[in-house]
Amino acid sequence: MKNLILTTAALALTAGIAMADTVRMGTEGAYAPWNFINDAGEIDGFERELGDELCKRAELDCEWVKNDWDSIIPNLVSGNYDVIIAGMSITDERDEVIDFTQNYTPPDPSAFVAMSDDVDVAGGVIAAQTGTIQAGYVAESGATLVEFASPEETIAAVRNGEADAVLADKSFLAPIVDEDGELRFVAEDVPLGGGVGMGIRESDGELKEKFNAAIQSMKDDGSLNELITKWEVSSTF
Amino acid sequence: MRWLSCYLTNGVHWSFYASFLKVLALLAVTAPVALGFGFVGAMAARSHVPPVSWLGKGYIAIVRGVPDIAFFMFFVIALDQAFEWTRHKILCPDWTDPIRQGNDFLVCQAAKLPLGSAPEWVHETYGFFLAVITFSIVFGAFAANVLFGGMRAVPHAQLETAEAYGMSRRQTFWKILVPQMWVYALPGLSNLWMVLIKATPLLFLLGVEDIVYWARELGGTKTSKFTQYPHGDWRMWYFLFLLIFYLGMTRVSEIGLEKLMRRLSHGQATAGGELLRKETTA
Repeated sequence: MKNLILTTAALALTAGIAMADTVRMGTEGAYAPWNFINDAGEIDGFERELGDELCKRAELDCEWVKNDWDSIIPNLVSGNYDVIIAGMSITDERDEVIDFTQNYTPPDPSAFVAMSDDVDVAGGVIAAQTGTIQAGYVAESGATLVEFASPEETIAAVRNGEADAVLADKSFLAPIVDEDGELRFVAEDVPLGGGVGMGIRESDGELKEKFNAAIQSMKDDGSLNELITKWEVSSTF
Repeated sequence: MRWLSCYLTNGVHWSFYASFLKVLALLAVTAPVALGFGFVGAMAARSHVPPVSWLGKGYIAIVRGVPDIAFFMFFVIALDQAFEWTRHKILCPDWTDPIRQGNDFLVCQAAKLPLGSAPEWVHETYGFFLAVITFSIVFGAFAANVLFGGMRAVPHAQLETAEAYGMSRRQTFWKILVPQMWVYALPGLSNLWMVLIKATPLLFLLGVEDIVYWARELGGTKTSKFTQYPHGDWRMWYFLFLLIFYLGMTRVSEIGLEKLMRRLSHGQATAGGELLRKETTA
């Protein structure tokens, strides 16, 4: 009996600790306007602002962590951080390994960017970031896929002629195309993915529910749409 | 010009400069630790007790045989999980859920390393610490092989003479063998040091933000929407700077190692020692 009381007390205690625990948010920090490193060296962007607001609504104490895109899922499942918030589209393949919250941006088209208008996006050489839905799409489309570890390198590949065009989220490409006279959008946009959500470990159902509720409340009061418009990351809900 | 000086002193650039210190610190800590691993490995490998000798030789053979990148990818995660698993078993004996659930590796909150509530710098220091251990184990294996060779290169007559003077095996090892082996081991060790300098960019694989990470990040195209300092693709200039840094590092090391070699060659029965003898008598 005494033992039982002790264990319940211990359980209550650990539960209390778990409540006050910090939630570590993993992001890439190289995908403006979604997430990037600002002049002060801090993580900034749409997802920074969104994440901070969600944590406030869910009453969680959040801390930001940078991680390479390549290893962003393995490091989540091995527990180095608790949430992926890195412009990650919800797909069935990823859903087998991790869980997603509801989407915080609607499904949005990806776009091709090239140096000239007469590029053959169906049969040419197309650059995409490794492990993205765009890379998956190019691989199946019949075009030749060249993959790069970071978004920056995919653009550089088009500039130096290694690839004919790059396929990426339109919101990421738009500011780059705006400032570069040579780059332009070509061909038709491609609808890809099921919107962007936060990645969470499959065993972390409680955290997922908290964030789902927070996202829902931001959708309901319109503040999510405001953020989306402010950072120009996608269409609104 | 003023634009450039402002640009080079903004917050991100300070992180870039700090990462140089990080790399230097890694070198300063790893080199002696790896040498220690190597020394112990070499001693174990030439032990007369078979299991110890197997252990030493096995360490050298396995670590030298596995590609560095594979080792860095796999070993660090395994090491981290081993620490957490051990802490989990000790700190949370009442935990009934399995640790491995599908893909997830789950330990109780108290066993997390560092604790989930720890500030970010603790996480970074821990990552750095894991990096030092991994580098030390890898380079320790190479160093062990070099030292093992160095120990065998000491002329056998020296050891026999020591024995004839009535020295015990231990005395022979510490007083005769070890002081003389360095001159034979140094060329190999200096190679290792050079490789270690060049291997520091592997730090990024371990999640430590090193100079190569920052050069890539800072050199990337910046559009005016997200920064006050927009610029094109400057990665070439940043990497050129890294090239100069690494060349400078290796050059300084070469000079230092040459001086060390000269010092160790004094009075040795090697070609280098002979040359010094001639210089002093002439």
